[in-house]
Amino acid sequence: MVQAVTSAVARVARIRQDYPQIADAIGGASLWVLFGVLLVVSVIDARQYLVTGIIVGSIIALGAIGITLIYGVLKFAHFAHGDMMMFGAYVALFALVGGGRIGPLSFGWGMIFAIFVAMAVLGVGSIAIDRVVYRPLRQRGSSSVVLAIASLGVAIVLRAIMLLWWGPDQQLYVSGIHPAREFPFDIKLKPDHIFIVATALVLMALVYLLLFRTKMGKAMRAMSDNADLARVAGIDTELVFMWTWVIGGALAAVAGILLGIQSNLKPELGFILLLPLFASAILGGLGSPQGALVGAMIVGISQEVVVGIDLPFPPFGVPGYKPAVAFGILILILLVRPRGLFGRT
Amino acid sequence: MDKGRVITFLAVSAITAGVVGISANDAQSLGGFISFLTVFITTVAIFAIFALGLNVQWGYTGIFNFGIVAFFMVGAYTSALLTKEPSSSQYVRYVGGLNLAEGLGPLGLDGLTGFVLGALAAAVVSGLVAFLIAIPALRLREDYLAIATIGVAEVFRRIAIEEEGLVNGTRGLTGIPRPLHDLVSPPDYKYVYLAIAVVILFLIFIAIERSARSPWGRVLKAIREDELTTAASGKNIFSFRTQAFVLGAMIMGIGGAVYSANQGAIVPDTFSHFFGTFIIWAMLMVGGSGSNRGAILGAYVVWGFWTVTGLVQPHLPEALEARTSYIRDLLIGLLIIVVLLLRPNGLMGEERRVSLFMRRETNREARRVGAPTRSPEE
Amino acid sequence: MTVLEAREVVSGYGEVEILHGVSIKVEEGEVVTIIGPNGAGKSTLMKSIFGLLPLKGGRVVFREEDVTGRPPQAMVRKGMCYVPQSDNVFSSLTIQENLEMGAFIRRDNYRARMEEVYALFPDLAARPHERAGKLSGGQRQMLALARALMLEPRVLLLDEPSASLAPNMVEHVFAKILEINRSGVAILMVEQNARHALGLSHRGYVLAMGQNRLEGSGEGLLNNDEVGKLYLGG
Repeated sequence: MVQAVTSAVARVARIRQDYPQIADAIGGASLWVLFGVLLVVSVIDARQYLVTGIIVGSIIALGAIGITLIYGVLKFAHFAHGDMMMFGAYVALFALVGGGRIGPLSFGWGMIFAIFVAMAVLGVGSIAIDRVVYRPLRQRGSSSVVLAIASLGVAIVLRAIMLLWWGPDQQLYVSGIHPAREFPFDIKLKPDHIFIVATALVLMALVYLLLFRTKMGKAMRAMSDNADLARVAGIDTELVFMWTWVIGGALAAVAGILLGIQSNLKPELGFILLLPLFASAILGGLGSPQGALVGAMIVGISQEVVVGIDLPFPPFGVPGYKPAVAFGILILILLVRPRGLFGRT
Repeated sequence: MDKGRVITFLAVSAITAGVVGISANDAQSLGGFISFLTVFITTVAIFAIFALGLNVQWGYTGIFNFGIVAFFMVGAYTSALLTKEPSSSQYVRYVGGLNLAEGLGPLGLDGLTGFVLGALAAAVVSGLVAFLIAIPALRLREDYLAIATIGVAEVFRRIAIEEEGLVNGTRGLTGIPRPLHDLVSPPDYKYVYLAIAVVILFLIFIAIERSARSPWGRVLKAIREDELTTAASGKNIFSFRTQAFVLGAMIMGIGGAVYSANQGAIVPDTFSHFFGTFIIWAMLMVGGSGSNRGAILGAYVVWGFWTVTGLVQPHLPEALEARTSYIRDLLIGLLIIVVLLLRPNGLMGEERRVSLFMRRETNREARRVGAPTRSPEE
Repeated sequence: MTVLEAREVVSGYGEVEILHGVSIKVEEGEVVTIIGPNGAGKSTLMKSIFGLLPLKGGRVVFREEDVTGRPPQAMVRKGMCYVPQSDNVFSSLTIQENLEMGAFIRRDNYRARMEEVYALFPDLAARPHERAGKLSGGQRQMLALARALMLEPRVLLLDEPSASLAPNMVEHVFAKILEINRSGVAILMVEQNARHALGLSHRGYVLAMGQNRLEGSGEGLLNNDEVGKLYLGG
């Protein structure tokens, strides 16, 4: 039976191999149509969830861009990224001193300071982890899979440190109720939410400038494009690795903090975050930062909208099924367009 | 003795001395001491089943499963639902309840048969889940499967919680039948179950060892060493990889069945990433991937390590005691990293595999610098 | 003065030894071509000299300095650049960005150099912001050469620069190589297109089975009976 089905699958796959361009185009088009429909539905019927989705999407995007950069430059799937995000969130909790408020936001300048501290700690910390764990493996010529397993080890360690230091219970940056405000089209938003999206947008703009306007950013793209040639051309690969970690780590820190502002902090969340993060990065096409942004928006919006629309069968209407939505998108891309929306073949 | 054997010997004796020494010190009586060791070995045997399943996937075929807990969970719930009697209360809701454990009496079959049927069903369902994941994910890059399996694990946990009528939600299932429980008095049952777990582990071990030496097993290793050449020799790589993934998942499903009958109760929170996936990876890495003996030894060493650190806990100052379990988590993570860095072949990594592994790396290097794999120069 | 010398190089992939002690020399200002049958070890020699493959024996001397076993990055710093046979441009980067990557290790202002390089390749200068992936095979080869020139190397290693190019492009590429050489860059290249390459080379080497077989002036090798029969198609 297994044989029969595998051979049937193989046959379909062979058709796909024989007409790759057609299959790829159909796959891409059907994904766009699907997400387009979802977007239209949510604009008409679930605007509040759409807005929440955009907020969540911009948080996921910061993490997914890191994953996609690390995958492109260092060529392995970084399974510690979710835990790195959470770790960044906790570092900010640690560095957050003093209350106060900036305008209508729920937090004060202390938080801005804490964000920079967390970015610095995670940026430098990522380099340190690379030196101790990944670089020796790399120099030994270990395969990408071995590096990925090592990153699982790193994830466990980071998570254990969080549990050890801050305990397993969920925490908040600022307690108390922060009322949402009414906006046109029946949308309710907290000022914090605008801060989240704005921060994410600013950082993404900075990443864009870095990748397309600076020498180091161009070297990162070059490494992601053709690592062998980069080596031959004399690009200092270790230096590029270092900068990739700094950027990936700092973005992860901010993503974690924004997630903490939006909901709460919990050490356990890190590993589970991998699902939307990777779904976004793969949907956009691994190695493509612009793709990661679009992917994250699609995943974020889908998660919120699908769970927000109350249809009588799962996963609709059940908040607990958000991961299932991300998983569904992941499987869908793997089936119809494994290179993602913007990825190279 | 070479260095590797010395390390293995030291690791095993240190763990054994720790477990035996501290538990003997803590135990009130000889009975308590033996009982402790029995439970310890039973747990090791159950973890060893998972580690063997992972070895078939990762060690033999290079398949990258980060969601072991999904198959563990599917196996545990499947066998529990099949062997349990149907729900008799409106507050306890679950599907199934075929009562295989007791209901086969009229057919002249005993509770052990029911347990075996439950475990086989667990294997089948886990295998089916693996097969369904393999279709989208196994054909692509290795890491896609890792993410897909993490996803499956998370989604299953959510389903178990959200679909309350399925497996009784967060309250979980209790009273999972234990095979041959009427053979001895309840306090002595653990000895019976130790025997059951060890026998199942042994049977799985023999089966895998045999299949590894069969033509089928040789193809798997060939795929791991050099996928291109194996494909060129006319083997359907996807089919073989799927079979290995499914087989490994089936073994994990059986592990789940053995686990649930041992515990007697399961809740969704039982199936954490840490105990369901991370620690099993640590076991295989420590033992040596590719080696079945290594997988079992790894289960012993890592669970022994876990147990010793747990036994030390009450003797620690209060401030430290509360956090000890996280220090243990930390050490498990470090263990994976240290093994990768210092002893990539684990305790039992055989020399032969080392050279095969090296050749693969060399091939990879050759490809990287642009040379063909087998024939020197273009 | 000898710019580059490989002495008794032993090398290969992993356990497979391909070069069993090959020696070659490139003098200042020379064009040197290595020819030989498939599997002779020509490309392996280039990679070994450039530090992409570990040497099991022998030495590499660059401008009287022993650079044996140094990584590519060190070679590039010293003034030796290498153009691989295929995948030799960053296809998702623009032409200009490719050149910038060629100059990655330069800390000084390389604008002037870029102008010089553009002057040598007017085709590229015409559209600096075109993505390299969109270029034709010949243009890519030009870009690969241009990228390698950004560091003003003393010697340029070219691995089959004419491979898989249309015949008229082959002419063009060889003409460019000569032009580069005249600007003072020594060239060491591996070529399948032996007749053509030897025709414009000062000297040549013939490798076979991972060993030196013959050497001589470009013209001398062209007129050599054995070379003619075996490698130039009669």
